[in-house]
Amino acid sequence: MASIGIRDVSKIYNGGVTAVSSVNIDIADGEFIVLVGPSGCGKSTLLRMVAGLETISEGQVTIGGRTVNDVDPADRDIAMVFQNYALYPHMTVYENLAYGLKNRGTPRSEIDARVAEAARMLELQPYLERKPRALSGGQRQRVAMGRAIVRKPSAFLFDEPLSNLDAKLRVSMRGEIKRLQRRVGTTSIYVTHDQLEAMTLADRLVVLSGGRIEQIGRPLDVYHRPATTFVASFIGSPAMNLVSGELHGSKLALGPALIDLGATVPTQGAVTVGLRAEDLRLHEGAGGSLPFRIDYVEELGSQRLVHGMVGDQAMVAALSSEIPLPEPASLSIAPSRLHFFDTASGQRIDWSGEAAGQGALAAVPEAVA
Amino acid sequence: MTRIRLFDHLVLMLGVFIMVAPVVVAFMTSTHEAADIHRNGLSLTWGGHFTETYDTVLTRKGGFTGEITGARMIWNSLILGIGFAAGKIVLSMLAAYAIVYFRFRLGTLFFWMIFTTLLLPLEVRIVPSYEVMNKLSLTNTYTGLIVPLLASATGTFFFRQFFKSVPEELLEAARIDGAGPFKFFIDVLVPLSRTMIAAIFIIMFVYGWNQYLWPTLMTTDERFFTLVRGIKQILLVWVGSNIPDYNEAFALAILAMLPPVMIVLIFQRWFIKGLTESDK
Repeated sequence: MASIGIRDVSKIYNGGVTAVSSVNIDIADGEFIVLVGPSGCGKSTLLRMVAGLETISEGQVTIGGRTVNDVDPADRDIAMVFQNYALYPHMTVYENLAYGLKNRGTPRSEIDARVAEAARMLELQPYLERKPRALSGGQRQRVAMGRAIVRKPSAFLFDEPLSNLDAKLRVSMRGEIKRLQRRVGTTSIYVTHDQLEAMTLADRLVVLSGGRIEQIGRPLDVYHRPATTFVASFIGSPAMNLVSGELHGSKLALGPALIDLGATVPTQGAVTVGLRAEDLRLHEGAGGSLPFRIDYVEELGSQRLVHGMVGDQAMVAALSSEIPLPEPASLSIAPSRLHFFDTASGQRIDWSGEAAGQGALAAVPEAVA
Repeated sequence: MTRIRLFDHLVLMLGVFIMVAPVVVAFMTSTHEAADIHRNGLSLTWGGHFTETYDTVLTRKGGFTGEITGARMIWNSLILGIGFAAGKIVLSMLAAYAIVYFRFRLGTLFFWMIFTTLLLPLEVRIVPSYEVMNKLSLTNTYTGLIVPLLASATGTFFFRQFFKSVPEELLEAARIDGAGPFKFFIDVLVPLSRTMIAAIFIIMFVYGWNQYLWPTLMTTDERFFTLVRGIKQILLVWVGSNIPDYNEAFALAILAMLPPVMIVLIFQRWFIKGLTESDK
């Protein structure tokens, strides 16, 4: 178990392509960090640099205080779980679990004990003599995790481990990974492109885009206070509505509507306004301040996503499926639930009227620059 | 349905007949006496001299030195075939391993150099090869018979393609598991290549077993004669009024066929097993 430090780490490929640029993350001992971002954002590259599978072009990676830039993957005291499991197909489950220990010259009795323990933890005992091909996807994934656990490493690295599983299994494996990590308390870095997976697993989220960190924070902080328009549109489903508005004093002009904010925003004029679909309320006729032309409806069962237009801007509202859909309709939102972003830079603009006390939102000592 | 099935069977039977009939004829003929064969030609009936003929072929010391028996020739052929196949597999696996997994300068160039030698048959270089072996005084040795033919572009190419299809993650997992280049090769790549090894073993064994020109050139000592040469030797006695020992030639041919057939049968099982299991 150890803390991991990533300082000014960049990856520049031979052709001059920068995959990761100047990333700084400090990971505390036992923390579960999730790197999330769209494909090509450099999250896997970053993980592979920590693992030692990619060379580090610039910066420094430390594991347990030791700089590991030039240390072989085997000697970094890490274990990795791959997306396609990467089990050795010709070895039994037992041999797969034992291989890493065997290569390190662990005594036979110790190997047996550790494999037995991991197998018990992951409920793999009945399958120890089977070959990977005789296992289901979920079982294979558990073997891959077992291979990491038996080594008792300082850190687990997960590279999209659930992407090859079907949706139902993914949910249950997600829970299992979380439980397991809690139990063994090993520092973990987990890479995914699935924001839901990221939200549910992470102690802290790192949102990456184009090789740069957009935001680091606890899942709810990131959800409630996205630092940029990118984070706002990436975290949360459906994505946050981002529309353009105009600030005049304490009033916001949004399409045809004018909303009284009751407080001033430290900027004026054109601004990008973020509205979470689940913060929107539907009213019959002109009951709400935003006239809403309903376009189409996606039924999700527990709720429905109503797509439509406010003025000439598209908007999605997440509503309870019991609420009837009147025509004409309008939307309203509590001003405290509005998010403001700089139109040019996409950076969040904090303002005094923001909703306070949303749980995680409170003063969290930012461990991270 | 039944009619189609009957027709299918007819086609299959015809195929079997075409393939097997010559073998049966050769086997039946080999049980007759030489004079009999000379008089009546090939026969489809049992001649009744099975034991004598095969016993003679296997144990009679023949040749000029009187030291070479059929059994000895089979032994020589086996050494050649197995040495050939095993050596080629080891060499080409190592070469392919180097080409695929190690980034060294001019690696691709070396690969293409090996690959283009596919275009050159053995016969092109047979005389220079012989000269080299002669200078090293390796003529009339198993080493001389086997080693010059071991480099295999075909094998290297096959293994290269196969190694390229092995998922990258396996290598990475092995690296994290603390397996160095040697361990990865022995513990992961070799077991994964079982199918390929079986396939190439079949091909190379038969190729080595059937070698004629090279052994003829390399061996003057009869103790190193292979079966294929032996058959030729028997038919060479076309002198005067001697009747060639047709029966023995046929018997040797039958015997020469058996080991390759067995190799194919044995490895075929692995081959198919490996194919159906090949989920990586």
